[in-house]
Amino acid sequence: METAEQIRDRLLARFPGAEISVVTNPGAAAQHSLLLGHAHARAIAEFLRDDAPLKLDQCSNVTGIDWPEKKIVETTKVTVPDPAGGPAKVVEQKSERVQPGYLEVVYHLYSIAFRHGPVILRLRTGNRTDQVTVPSLTPVWRACEFQEREVFDLYGVKFEGHPDLRRILMWDTFKDHPMRKDYVEPDDYEWEPTPHGAVLEKAKAHYPTPPAAAIAPAAAPTPATGGAKS
Amino acid sequence: MSDAAQNSSPPVTITDEERAELRRQGILLTSLQELYTWGCSNSVWPLNFGLACCAIEMIAASMARFDIARFGSEVFRPSPRQADLLIVSGTVTKKMAPQVIRLWNQMPEPKYCIAMGACAISGGPFKQGYNVLKGIDRFIPVDIYIPGCPPRPEALLHGLLELQKKIKGFKISGPNAPRHLRDDQECNCPVPEFGEHDLQPPQNPKVWTAPTIVRSEKA
Amino acid sequence: MSISDLSPLGAQGGSHVRAVHDEFHGDLLEVSMGPHHPSTHGVFRMIVTLDGETIVKLKPVFGYLHRNHEKLGENTSYLGSMPYTDRLDYLCSMTNNWAYAIAVEKLAGQPVPERAEYVRVILAEITRLLNHTCLAGFLMQDLGCSGTPLMYAFREREKILDLFESLSGSRMMCNYQRFGGCRVDPSADWLEGAKQLTDGYGQFLDEFEALLTGNEIIMARTQGTGVLSPELAVAAGVTGPMLRATGVNYDLRKTDAYGVYPRFDFRVPLGAHGDVYDRYMVRVLEMRESIKILQQALAGIPAGPIMDPKAKLRGFRPKAGEAYGRIEGPKGEIGFYLVSDGSPNPYRYRVRAPSFINLTILEDMCLGQTVADAVIILGSVDIVLGEVDR
Repeated sequence: METAEQIRDRLLARFPGAEISVVTNPGAAAQHSLLLGHAHARAIAEFLRDDAPLKLDQCSNVTGIDWPEKKIVETTKVTVPDPAGGPAKVVEQKSERVQPGYLEVVYHLYSIAFRHGPVILRLRTGNRTDQVTVPSLTPVWRACEFQEREVFDLYGVKFEGHPDLRRILMWDTFKDHPMRKDYVEPDDYEWEPTPHGAVLEKAKAHYPTPPAAAIAPAAAPTPATGGAKS
Repeated sequence: MSDAAQNSSPPVTITDEERAELRRQGILLTSLQELYTWGCSNSVWPLNFGLACCAIEMIAASMARFDIARFGSEVFRPSPRQADLLIVSGTVTKKMAPQVIRLWNQMPEPKYCIAMGACAISGGPFKQGYNVLKGIDRFIPVDIYIPGCPPRPEALLHGLLELQKKIKGFKISGPNAPRHLRDDQECNCPVPEFGEHDLQPPQNPKVWTAPTIVRSEKA
Repeated sequence: MSISDLSPLGAQGGSHVRAVHDEFHGDLLEVSMGPHHPSTHGVFRMIVTLDGETIVKLKPVFGYLHRNHEKLGENTSYLGSMPYTDRLDYLCSMTNNWAYAIAVEKLAGQPVPERAEYVRVILAEITRLLNHTCLAGFLMQDLGCSGTPLMYAFREREKILDLFESLSGSRMMCNYQRFGGCRVDPSADWLEGAKQLTDGYGQFLDEFEALLTGNEIIMARTQGTGVLSPELAVAAGVTGPMLRATGVNYDLRKTDAYGVYPRFDFRVPLGAHGDVYDRYMVRVLEMRESIKILQQALAGIPAGPIMDPKAKLRGFRPKAGEAYGRIEGPKGEIGFYLVSDGSPNPYRYRVRAPSFINLTILEDMCLGQTVADAVIILGSVDIVLGEVDR
């Protein structure tokens, strides 16, 4: 089967002006993927499905990934000349930048006719709050129908052109999108019959207030108990 | 029978050994209470209701090797109206909880509940899930808890035997009578609504409150 | 008073009265089947719209067993998710383990010793026997053969579970496979037991088939029921015996050639009509092929280590990257998609559950059938709710 780069080049020749880029996978699996712009996504998907050498007739897996805003601290080494005339010093400068968050939908495509794959497509939303629309690929592969509903339910990605976009796993009046990284679950850990560390931690908020003597050591700052692992 | 009449009747002087001896001679001496609990305990009909993994072991318990019919409970009823025993066999999710409670309310008294497996008891391995109810006893009264993930069919049979023992110990009158024989106890449980983030209310305070935890913090 | 006096159209009103009558017959009835229902497929709900007894619309409702498998997977270590995979499709814990192990091995580039590959094939094929036998029993239960076929199926299941228990310590939740091998080495006694089971299974299948396969009532109920076309099956991502019953030759054991499957001689049974009967028959024939694979694997299992000596389980931190690994489970393609950011927990942990995706076309198969057929069509899809809702 063609590599992701070859597919991208062929797609660019067929759809001039389309936004297509290869996302490399640094891991051992080396399953590289194609990141598509919204405008041509459905046309490209139809092309991949019907294309003679590829014929990706099965969309095996559709899933969402949440990439929240991330602060990236970059350390650069800058050579600063010594004003006194001595040898130049190397100073580390730290710069912070905020990588904007987005939601991503990943499609794994296989060909039953030619028995090859996977070709991986990615669609990204503009951000995580108001621009959460991506084009739906359900009209191209019927297999996306329930899986895109699941991504909508758990991540809050809106699929434009989906015939029946409703919640699928949670109830209809549910408001949150629980698979997002910043989801806060309802606090009902009043009682813990399991010695599970994380559960115990959550249950502690419900313990009765200890006597005054016991409060004093607890009030002291406890460095890096919860913050480091969260 | 009024209380006065009950008090004036002569005290029972026959011992259990004598009664057993009489039974061996073909004379059955019994009380209404004994007859009632004997009948109840040996014909506990479960509801044919499976939730998750434990349901497969529940089916296995009714099959040839384990044969729950030996204990009078092989009649799995599809309708809650005909069932005595709700075996909560598996994870109760928040989406499923109102349905489980509705089934419980539809069962006629006397009814019993077995929480089968870690999930039904406390949420088990899935306790940290956002959609998992942390124990069915937050909403309905549970008679027997069977730990395990999933419990073996033998464990279910043991749970059933314990339930039978419990039923045999019931008093049919007086303050210790089970709830369906008393006027002051509610048999139905309120069904929670689906809220925006959680079930409303998240538990039934009449059957469950968080136990007070006394824990000495480690130094 | 004549009927024409009642009609607003006066003397020509006869036709109008008939129209009212037609409207009465045109009324549709909406039935909510589930989540508590007498069939044996867990808490699945269908909202069925009926015209008389014929289904005109069917909407499946999911989520009654949504226990947040994927969220929990993101909060535990890679190894910590292994016991959870047992509880996905709780009839086939061994194949779930294998699919997850394959995905992690792809992610980390972890090799597997040969003996472990053989043990995995043996366990996966025994699991296939277990799953298909139970499914046939459940399907017959749905058809109304109350008890008997299921009793036969569960008799065999107990024999298989004894094997699993003696190997892994648990009847259902085996938690047996590891990244880079398997947890314990099967003893010679165990392999002998597996051989005995394999040799006796053909006889059981003969007995089972004598009861069921040629049965007139079963043929009348299942042939031509719930027909699925191969085009729709491929478009909807249907995999496993469901897909092969429509005649599409697609078996991951052949196409992906994972593990040591290329060394074994077996055929892929295909259906011709895509109806419930074909799905049943494909599974029965697959069991016969599984027996062939088992006999070859048990005869050729080499000695050697069961775990790769360099494999790391505790404190396992694969490099950043992602991988999608899949195998042919008894229900279809079970896949795991893992995204690693270099930390001990997966950043994204996704299960591609075959029975969830096989349900996509449930409505298409049920339209025009009677409501009693919907139950057996659902039974023939072979769903396990732990996997559908995850």
